[in-house]
Amino acid sequence: MTTTTATQTAPRDHARPAVNRPLFLLAYLLIGAFLGVVFVQSEVISWFRIQEMFRFQSFHMYGIIGSAVLVGVISVQIIKRLNPRTLTGERVQLSPKEWGDSRIPGARYWIGGTLFGTGWALLGACPGPIYALLGSGITVMAVALVSALAGTWAYAALRPYLPH
Amino acid sequence: MFEALLGPWPWYVAGPLLGLVVPLVLLLGGRPFGVSSSLRHMCAAAPSPGRWKPDFLRYDWRSAGIWNLTFVTGVVLGGFLALIFIGIPDAGQSISEATRGDLHALGVQDFSGLVPDDLFSWGALLSPASLILIVGGGFLVGFGARYAGGCTSGHAISGMANLQLPSLVAVLGFFAGGLLATFGLLPLILS
Repeated sequence: MTTTTATQTAPRDHARPAVNRPLFLLAYLLIGAFLGVVFVQSEVISWFRIQEMFRFQSFHMYGIIGSAVLVGVISVQIIKRLNPRTLTGERVQLSPKEWGDSRIPGARYWIGGTLFGTGWALLGACPGPIYALLGSGITVMAVALVSALAGTWAYAALRPYLPH
Repeated sequence: MFEALLGPWPWYVAGPLLGLVVPLVLLLGGRPFGVSSSLRHMCAAAPSPGRWKPDFLRYDWRSAGIWNLTFVTGVVLGGFLALIFIGIPDAGQSISEATRGDLHALGVQDFSGLVPDDLFSWGALLSPASLILIVGGGFLVGFGARYAGGCTSGHAISGMANLQLPSLVAVLGFFAGGLLATFGLLPLILS
């Protein structure tokens, strides 16, 4: 009886990893909402602030990114040392990004990065801020989101022909 | 209700709070914090005739991405909660005098709220400049983030937090592109 149940639930568990359970999804929703509020009130999702950053006219954005990275570095180092189980019971996945196999070393990072940075400065928003701006009433960002989806699709289609 | 929380929050408050999202997301489900993969999941989820779907978009997006899609839904919700309960800070007023001067010289008129209405509103969308910034900028953000394997959250914050060299290269690319757009393209687009 028990064996039957196990074989029946196994495929379903596979299709539904622990992170997709309702309670975890609620937690992700709340962390996302927290991020959205910080995004708006720190003004990092503002086109004005992005312009100010790329013109090197204020420390605001550099201070935010710098201190966020610092907190990130410290917490990631602690997590690596302790290697704790996550709340879903798994191990943390921190596989470093690979350099790729292109004849041009790291092509995808600097070419892709430069294209992304160009878009970031023009739009004044990267993906996270697009979502937060949408929620904060800048509904025209829906057009930017659809366009970003088109860009993602274009990359997917061109991927076999691009150096990585 | 929470007017006292109205921004701009200083960098030393906002930065560490953003950084905390890295361990929170890692300790919850073990997946690294990144926003732009949500765009890939949405493309993968979009119904399309089989032969039109690139291989890169053929995977089980439900088990790989539902958590991430829920997370970005939370970011939209957070923006909305900020709007309703706290209010939208006037970033155009809190930026430096020098930036306001530069942008004014480029023809920007509206310095209220988070974005200039003369460029980022439904009414402005008909002008070529606004169209290039929103549609062109959005396209490059989506294309470049997937090509580089991450965006500001995945590379500049998560990736740098893990001391990954590829992420540092990507961030240098972000800046190269941003400077090119700010000093090379923007004056042309707004002229």
